[in-house]
Amino acid sequence: MMRDIFREGLATGWKHIDASDLTADTRYEADVAIIGSGAGGGVTAEILAQAGLKVIIIEEGPLRTSNDFRMREAEAYPTLYQESAARKTADKAINILQGRCVGGSTTVNWTSSFRTPAETLNWWQTAHGLKSLSVEAMAPWFAQMERRLNVNPWHLPPNENNAVLARGAEKLGIPVAVIPRNVKECWNLGYCGMGCPTNAKQSMLLTTIPSALNLGAMLISRLRAERLEFSGPQATQLTASALKIDGLHPSGVRVTVHARHFVLAGGAINSPALLLRSKAPDPHGVLGKRTFLHPTVISSGLFDHDIAGYAGAPQSIYSDHFLHNAAPQGDFLRGGPLGFKLEVPPLHPVLFSTTLHGFGEGHARLMQNFARSQTILALVRDGFHPQSKGGQASLRRDGSPVLDYPLNDTYWEAARRALLAMAEIQFAAGASWVTPVHEDSPGYTSWAEAKKSLAELPLAPLRCRVVSAHVMGGCAMAASPESGVVSDDGRHFQIANLSIHDGSVFPTSIGANPQLSIYGLIARNASMLAAALTGEGKAAIL
Amino acid sequence: MTTRREFLKTGLAGGLLLNIAACARPGENDGRTQVLSALIPVMLAGALSPRPEDAERQINRTLSGVETAIKGLSLATQKEIGELFDLLTFPLTRMLAAGLWSPWNDATPASLNAFLDSWRHSRFDLLKSGYAALHDLILGTWYAQPESWAAIGYPGPPLLK
Repeated sequence: MMRDIFREGLATGWKHIDASDLTADTRYEADVAIIGSGAGGGVTAEILAQAGLKVIIIEEGPLRTSNDFRMREAEAYPTLYQESAARKTADKAINILQGRCVGGSTTVNWTSSFRTPAETLNWWQTAHGLKSLSVEAMAPWFAQMERRLNVNPWHLPPNENNAVLARGAEKLGIPVAVIPRNVKECWNLGYCGMGCPTNAKQSMLLTTIPSALNLGAMLISRLRAERLEFSGPQATQLTASALKIDGLHPSGVRVTVHARHFVLAGGAINSPALLLRSKAPDPHGVLGKRTFLHPTVISSGLFDHDIAGYAGAPQSIYSDHFLHNAAPQGDFLRGGPLGFKLEVPPLHPVLFSTTLHGFGEGHARLMQNFARSQTILALVRDGFHPQSKGGQASLRRDGSPVLDYPLNDTYWEAARRALLAMAEIQFAAGASWVTPVHEDSPGYTSWAEAKKSLAELPLAPLRCRVVSAHVMGGCAMAASPESGVVSDDGRHFQIANLSIHDGSVFPTSIGANPQLSIYGLIARNASMLAAALTGEGKAAIL
Repeated sequence: MTTRREFLKTGLAGGLLLNIAACARPGENDGRTQVLSALIPVMLAGALSPRPEDAERQINRTLSGVETAIKGLSLATQKEIGELFDLLTFPLTRMLAAGLWSPWNDATPASLNAFLDSWRHSRFDLLKSGYAALHDLILGTWYAQPESWAAIGYPGPPLLK
């Protein structure tokens, strides 16, 4: 039997409460209440606990640990993801993968770990006034988190799904590189998206949260943060609803949490939603706006040999060639306004079959070629161009969050270039047939045919499939309250004892898988917060 | 791109149809079972067993799998799914929105195919997203089942030792 490191820790007396077990209203007190246990919440919990602060971590999702991770989509999606992995934008045109469990998205992500690109930090400094966030100033924080989470370029040969991207791109003179991953003694199985069964992924579930619990922090799972209450410029308490064991329905038990300081780390969409439900001050109407997704289009190719995209490290090769060809400053070279990053996704039966267009015989034929299918993703970098403003997170009548993200012509122009680039790479790598995931695409048997047809293919929501696994923004950092919700150290502009420590603070998308961007920025901001709360003065790099 | 006019048309027409269906409120999940029993064999054509008795068992298992999948969705989405099946169940809205004149259990495979294609390629976002929901629920449920893996060459998750 594989060791279950988290369960072993619980047996040593870690404080964990499953709120679905609570039978009466309960009140907790702490120095700091952290709402959310993903990348931002996990890093904050460890750093504040190390500073000697009493910390409570509140998580809406369940606690699931390595022995629960049986590598089955039917179990993983309903238990570990927001809305059963079927979270969608308001018009249903974009499917969003986001974690909802202890460890948040870090428990289910594909482990790609990029520093915030220099281009992005430079843009934030010049266009968003975030003067302190220079490449040089951030480098030690990224280095610290890379050491903490064992981030290294993947050392084994890429699986065939990734190798095709490398071969096709290299044939066309398009540079590719190896993806750094946060893993230790990885078995190269390919099931990162369903929770790592071998305790190899250095997610928050295995690193910072255990460390905080060892230092006496308390974790409460299946507890939905409903609203913060304010008295003038102070947050006074958090009210929360215990969920039933189904993780959906409130059990009726209310929990209140009192703390000196509150850290919001529920991730983009959920963090702005909590502030909206709380009627938090928003004098300049910026809350929930500029939420970004890296809206991603997909190209699937058929090969005459096994690809087996379900096996092996899911993401190990990428290309930023088409990011660099789109310059936000207006020098667009031969690209258009928006750039895109090329990667591949892991291919598993549910994810692949639901993403693939069509039904009946046609769909069944594509599925019969599942093991010989290779798929490339183009993650479009949103938020850097005046015509790329992202979406707006708001509330449904029942208080649950929803994201309205219109896809405009500027987006579709980039999507078309991306579909062309991916098809050309797949044909160059030897594909016999390539199709964009698009309801009207018949698929193509040559690059010449694809090139001609893709130029004409009508691109529109709910016709061309668009997906996202990276949700960013909505509580933007800014130089002044007129243009954002928090300052560059994560402190809320209007509420003195409230910080936001997650991907919702990014003023644009990242242009890369965002986990390490969150780890680095939040390591910095949590260290500054720890110093402020303990009266120690300066934040030390650990 | 959705223009404002299209959106209004979808919103108005869609809203009206949903209201009619909601007022009629067909009883519980009976309607849903009928709709799914008719659509599953069409959505899964080419994937279901050619032996009728096996296919029937597979359809029934998929049907209960779809019900399980719906119960795992957010409460807001479950409500929307409920509205979708109301729309498809109530005869007037079934005829107006789905173009199906005969009840679900009498509909021919050709008319069911035509219905799915008309929603898939509809100019109304509401209908396109309704098609997408049926697509994801039925196909996702089918390919979640280990029984369907051999046909697509998926060996299943590895055994850990």
